[in-house]
Amino acid sequence: MIKRLTNRLTALIALLCLVAVALPARAATRAAGDTLIRNATVLTVTNGTLKNTDILIQNGKIARIGKDLKAPEGAKVIDATGKFVMPGIVDCHSHTMIDAVNEFSASVTSMCRIQDVLNPTDPALYLQLAGGVTALNLLHGSANAIGGQNQVVKIKFGRPVEEFIFPDAPPGIKFALGENPKRSSARGIPGIPNRYPATRMGVEEVIRDAFTRARDYKRQWDSYNAAKAKGENVTPPRRDTQLDPLVEVLEGKRFVHSHCYRAEEILMLIGIADDFGFKVRTFQHTLEGYKVAKEIAKHGAGASIFADFWAYKVEAYDAIPYDAAILERAGVLVSLNSDDDGRSRRLNIEAAKMMKYGDVSEESALRMITLNPARQLGIDKRVGSIEVGKDADIAIWTAHPLSVYARVDMTFVDGDMLFDRATDLARREALAKERAELEKADPNRAGEGGQPGGIPRGRRPAYKGEDNCLKGAEEHQQ
Amino acid sequence: MARMAIALLCLMPMLFSLGFAQQQLDLAPRSAVFIRNARIVTVSGEIIERGGVAIKDGKIVAVGASATAPGGAQIVEGQGLTVYPGMFDAATALGLVEIESVPATIDQAEIGEFNPNARAIIAVNPHSAHVRVTRCNGVTNVVTMPQGGTICGQATILNLFGTSPKEMAVQPLAALVVNFPRLALGGGGPFTAFRQGGPSNINEAINQRNRRVEDLRRILREAIDYGKAMDAAAKDATLPRVAENVVLGDLLPYAKGEKPVLFRAERETDIRAVIRFAEEMNLKPILVGGNDAWKVTDELKAKNVPVILTGTLDLPMRDDDAYDALYENAAKLQKAGVKYAISTGDNGPHVRDLPYHAGMAAAFGLDPKDALRAITLSPAEIMGVGAQLGSLEVGKMANVIITDGDILEPKTHVKYAFIDGRPVQLTSRHTDFYEQFKQRVK
Repeated sequence: MIKRLTNRLTALIALLCLVAVALPARAATRAAGDTLIRNATVLTVTNGTLKNTDILIQNGKIARIGKDLKAPEGAKVIDATGKFVMPGIVDCHSHTMIDAVNEFSASVTSMCRIQDVLNPTDPALYLQLAGGVTALNLLHGSANAIGGQNQVVKIKFGRPVEEFIFPDAPPGIKFALGENPKRSSARGIPGIPNRYPATRMGVEEVIRDAFTRARDYKRQWDSYNAAKAKGENVTPPRRDTQLDPLVEVLEGKRFVHSHCYRAEEILMLIGIADDFGFKVRTFQHTLEGYKVAKEIAKHGAGASIFADFWAYKVEAYDAIPYDAAILERAGVLVSLNSDDDGRSRRLNIEAAKMMKYGDVSEESALRMITLNPARQLGIDKRVGSIEVGKDADIAIWTAHPLSVYARVDMTFVDGDMLFDRATDLARREALAKERAELEKADPNRAGEGGQPGGIPRGRRPAYKGEDNCLKGAEEHQQ
Repeated sequence: MARMAIALLCLMPMLFSLGFAQQQLDLAPRSAVFIRNARIVTVSGEIIERGGVAIKDGKIVAVGASATAPGGAQIVEGQGLTVYPGMFDAATALGLVEIESVPATIDQAEIGEFNPNARAIIAVNPHSAHVRVTRCNGVTNVVTMPQGGTICGQATILNLFGTSPKEMAVQPLAALVVNFPRLALGGGGPFTAFRQGGPSNINEAINQRNRRVEDLRRILREAIDYGKAMDAAAKDATLPRVAENVVLGDLLPYAKGEKPVLFRAERETDIRAVIRFAEEMNLKPILVGGNDAWKVTDELKAKNVPVILTGTLDLPMRDDDAYDALYENAAKLQKAGVKYAISTGDNGPHVRDLPYHAGMAAAFGLDPKDALRAITLSPAEIMGVGAQLGSLEVGKMANVIITDGDILEPKTHVKYAFIDGRPVQLTSRHTDFYEQFKQRVK
């Protein structure tokens, strides 16, 4: 028994070592000194394309943009001749680095916070840096009509978790409509409780009921505060952590990001929002958004969508890759998201597809993965374009990033180079050698006459965006 | 003249695509067409910067700078356009799966371990929305395969055109599909109900895998014996009659190595096991999946085992794999001289993304010319239809697409397509909705 325990401990330590050495960015440049990127083609997003242009990064910010800039003493100089610099991609729908996606047990879980389940060592973060992504909107899953509170992060891979929190990002909350909250694919499955609602009617009622309660609760607090202001000696209402975030929604202090598919449910949520006097900040997925584009535009909501993902369930059968084009033409602020660790690595290709489906302009396509999602998240003062004073969250590409042949060379977050392909390549041989040595010392091998070890299980598998709340649960609750 | 009028009618939906054309049945006849003044990417030979492609009776009848129009041919002005062979995805379930979360729309996996007689061509739905959505992006051919059990069934090679499975079939029974037994990991977590019977330790897992391989070996041998008995009985009437067996009968040509077997395997150990097994049993193997194929290039090359890569855009299999391990897989096989194709491995909805899988491989070390070959001629060759499909050559089936740019680039539009020399209407469920709802914007 003790031997087995020791074996397991050894295995754990070996695994930790392996993980530690396998994360190249961990030891990567943390000086955050000055950097001068020389002679690049700069896709500013807000100010067109600048050729043969230099970018000076100082104190984590874009300090200067111009021609023939002088490198300050000690600055790292990167020759980007023939290369393209674009703002870091902002992925407006992600479940990377969260160890629990869905709190399944109730239909209104606004009290739950994604900020409590962040895992800064998720290797998928590094893969996304390698795809030029620098910021993520981490959302609760879609199992509930009203889900948990979101967390916007910068991918500060290799840094402590506190540094991931995006400074001053307005708080938000996940809502979900349609098949997932009504649990179309999760009936009678052990571990998944049956609960109200089971139809789109019930989903509407759950949200309306929650906001009715929230409005009432807000009135209690308002009258308490008014009485207190008058100097009366009054007892405060009981704090309700479920309703507090919804009061913030009513007050316009918290963004609603609502998962949705069908046109009717989009109109339904707009109806509730109008009745209660709040705005939906973004509709997420919005696969049938093209059917009600003018209503979304009139409400003032943004749409954060898949480029062309469809047919994985009934409510995704009317999805079309022209969704972005139609929504944009109607005046909706559109972003393209991944909802998937894999797709997040190629959002540039997803954006490029929009130039085919509905002839979205190159500038618009670029904005859909940079400035538009930044605006939707209220973080566009800091990121989303290359402008003096903005955070140095940028990536250097080998070709125009809307070309399929483009590859990321380097990614910077707050001026830190957190991905560098050359460094990654240079480390591979040493890592392979180390891995081989660790494998030789495999403590899982059967001991003499003893029981063979258990089958090693991977750590939390990367989130695969099936957009099926059940599958998400199975993977994440392992 | 009458012929010309017919051809013109067939081409009308494409030529006047500005107007809203609703989806029509695939009834267009083979027409004589001449594409002129275009850039021609033949794949099999050099790129022709300016020339013509002539199509007649379903075949390509001329390609090149000096090609001329067949009599009565409809002219397609190719100025500024590029002609390619239609793309070919060699590992899909297109037509067997309509909506992935709705079992009633899926005909993909049979019950039981050994189903060589489960034939994809029986269940393929020619009117699946995926057919049109896919060909609108220039993919004209797919291999559709069953999936499930150890021997999954027989895959079919399809033209994405036609009103019945028979009309679509290029090769109705093209290959046997085998999920090569691999180490099955035990369960855990709250949904253990789904993982019943998982082995609890590594030795048990190995034994279980070995038993399944032995079962596969046995049924292949049974098929050979069955074939011998049938042959003997046919020659000598005095021998006892052998009961006909549809399972073994369907398995026989594959067991004898006459037709290819598509082995699904991803990991290095499983790939090596497939190579050994196929050699031992004298099969004609094609590896499908192949995420670790780059680790096995020597053996794949030595044993001449082709690979259909389906994981180019997938996440690396292991946390400590290089971030680009799967992006680079194709380039490494190319360099090592292994025969390979790039596939989406998709059930249908996203087969249209085939060129971007190849494009990503090109971003990570593969020459763009080789990337294009990996989604046209190479899959056709691997599937045994290289003489018919995959390149623009005289005598080949006229599966031809015409684009306004590099087909691997996502922004490129497919302007015209021909399959079996028939003009393809480039409309789909998606363009229909687009045409309708783009009028409801303001």
